[in-house]
Amino acid sequence: MSFDLASAIETLEGSFPGSITGTVEYRGETTVLVDKKDIAGICRTLKESFGFTFLAELTAVDYLEVKTPRFEMVYYLHRFGPEYDENVRIKLKAAVTEDDPKIDSVTPVWKGADWLEREVYDMFGIEFTGHPDPRRILMPEDYGPFPLRKDFDVRNREASKLSFEKALDQDAE
Amino acid sequence: MGVNTNSILGGDGFLTTTIEAFANWGRKNSLWPMPFGTACCAIEMMGVFASRFDLSRFGAEVARFSPRQADLMIVSGTITYKMASVCRRIYEQMPEPKWVIAMGSCTCGGGPFDSYAVVQGIDEFLPVDVYVGGCPPRPEALIDAVMKIQKKIDMEGAPVV
Amino acid sequence: MERVEFISERSVINRETGLREENMMLNMGPQHPATHGVLRVVLYLDGEMVVKAVPYIGYLHRGIEKLCEHITYQQCLPYTDRMDYLASICNNIGYILAVEKLLGIEDEIPERAKTAEVILFELGRIESHLVGIGTNALDLGAMSAFLYCFKERERIYEILETVCGARLTTSYPRVGGLPLDLPDDFEEKVWNFLKIFPKTLTEVDKLLTRNRIWIDRTKGVAFISGEDAVDLGLTGPTLRGSGVPYDVRKAMPYLGYENYDFEVPVATDGDTYSRYLCRLEEMHQSLKIIEQALKNLPDGPYAADLPDVVLPEKQLTYTRMESLIRHFVLVYEGFKPPAGEVQHAVENPKGELSYYLVSDGSGIPYRMRVRGPSFVNMQALPQIVQGSLVADVIAAIGSLDIVLGEIDR
Repeated sequence: MSFDLASAIETLEGSFPGSITGTVEYRGETTVLVDKKDIAGICRTLKESFGFTFLAELTAVDYLEVKTPRFEMVYYLHRFGPEYDENVRIKLKAAVTEDDPKIDSVTPVWKGADWLEREVYDMFGIEFTGHPDPRRILMPEDYGPFPLRKDFDVRNREASKLSFEKALDQDAE
Repeated sequence: MGVNTNSILGGDGFLTTTIEAFANWGRKNSLWPMPFGTACCAIEMMGVFASRFDLSRFGAEVARFSPRQADLMIVSGTITYKMASVCRRIYEQMPEPKWVIAMGSCTCGGGPFDSYAVVQGIDEFLPVDVYVGGCPPRPEALIDAVMKIQKKIDMEGAPVV
Repeated sequence: MERVEFISERSVINRETGLREENMMLNMGPQHPATHGVLRVVLYLDGEMVVKAVPYIGYLHRGIEKLCEHITYQQCLPYTDRMDYLASICNNIGYILAVEKLLGIEDEIPERAKTAEVILFELGRIESHLVGIGTNALDLGAMSAFLYCFKERERIYEILETVCGARLTTSYPRVGGLPLDLPDDFEEKVWNFLKIFPKTLTEVDKLLTRNRIWIDRTKGVAFISGEDAVDLGLTGPTLRGSGVPYDVRKAMPYLGYENYDFEVPVATDGDTYSRYLCRLEEMHQSLKIIEQALKNLPDGPYAADLPDVVLPEKQLTYTRMESLIRHFVLVYEGFKPPAGEVQHAVENPKGELSYYLVSDGSGIPYRMRVRGPSFVNMQALPQIVQGSLVADVIAAIGSLDIVLGEIDR
């Protein structure tokens, strides 16, 4: 029994009218463009009704001045199938604007989204509503800028040095 | 070494030397390294401590991870600004006399990572005695660095001519 | 834990006495011999038992993803070595496959290159599992196993050194195949390795698998169920130790893995001991794959015939103008994949490693994202050590087989 991805997407379009804005096929990958307001609901439906139990990837891309809206969230979901032999992968993309860089967290759906979302917040500054622990993960807690944004220079070590000096002062006390 | 080895112990049965030379001889042949390994260089350092390139041949047998019992800190691997304050704190916990080897390009000058989070050389906050280049340096290079530290220790307390 | 009522991770109320008690906070790391790098775990303890564990990472974050947005695709290759530095060749091959998928040239890679990449990939898998088992054993006190494992790693280093010149950080394959042909003594060296290595595996097996102390310290420790593991996104032996038979080599085959006859070991108990058994058996299966690949190693070209992507032979650049210009353009500007985005996953020894590449049509990647398996596997730590002893935390971290270079990138 093989899984019919196209019909699954059609059912999704029926359940969330207006939220699915398009489908793209490229190099063997199926991408579904989604409106960010329904992302949690769509993910939950995909997990519970269609068996996409494995969150393979969660990240973001900054399209500063290339296109608006500025950020795009990318989700890769994977379905094993009941006998672990189907292995279908689907990609969801949700656009996030610069003025309102917030999106619903999918941690209620997959616990594994926890650190992946924290990293997106740390690197891009996109906030996740409903995340259990919204803190920076890779940079120090008191770090200011969001490094993976395109307007941040890769060699800009000022914020890191500030954080380092503060930590040294704390140690000296 | 400054020791008057007069047909050793088959002759008069005693040696003459200076206290500095004797202390230096003891210190250099029983260096207790503290491996401060963070990244890829740490694996080559583990290779140095393992059986093929045995560092304990040079007396550095006791690799203590506690800074209070070590005298040689081998910093291997990229040091980021988040880790730098930890590194400095560990260095300050080591008792005198202490030496530092900066192993690998990342510790010498940032290595290939000229980015927002990496310290461009640990001599920004630590006094380094020997720099070892390489990405990662071969184990023989690290052994050479330990031998250079041994030569440096030999010159401690020596009068400046 | 019925004698206490929780208020927070620090304070509890003892039901018998009605008094408030505080848990002890113990900081493990970032400089610690058993944390496999710069990992910091803050443990809240009730006596010897862990009430809560909070991992802190980021002490090795070097900004690799950002750095790769400023250099050509080929120049990104050495950075991929430095992420999972215990099996650099696997990272390299994963990245090259992702770029080849972006370019759309997967069908044009010659068989010799693909078979050589399979052999090197499996050698990398053996390399990584040797460290995984060796350091896990070293943390729990079994030092001989660590020394035997590192001795075998030196043999693999020798093979890698003849192939590409570097022991640890290889940067070997290129987009379109291999940079140089395999050396003449490569096959002989690998055959010798295949003859000697099973003896060491038997020795490590004898030292650990039925060892009373090892079993006591690893059986039942750091348990996670299959369902929780899938929900958390775990992959690799950490997932297969809990009964979920997901292996990217079988699920989404690449490099011709569908033609090799091998099994994927799956254990059912979900504890540290099961993961150890998975890794040990995976090394046996890797030897099987290497043998099959060596027997079928074809002669032929080692790189694809694609002038836009593959550098010309060095001799030609000395005499022919077109080759020189082609070499110059490819090195200076890089090849230009069409605009688009792809993801390619490989079965790293630690789990599923996938690269997500976004191209804007120029020679420089617009976004290079690495999903390291250790980053996602580390999320399981708070759950698997809850309620266990402090000593079990060490066993748990060792069994997750993490490498901080991949977690922090």
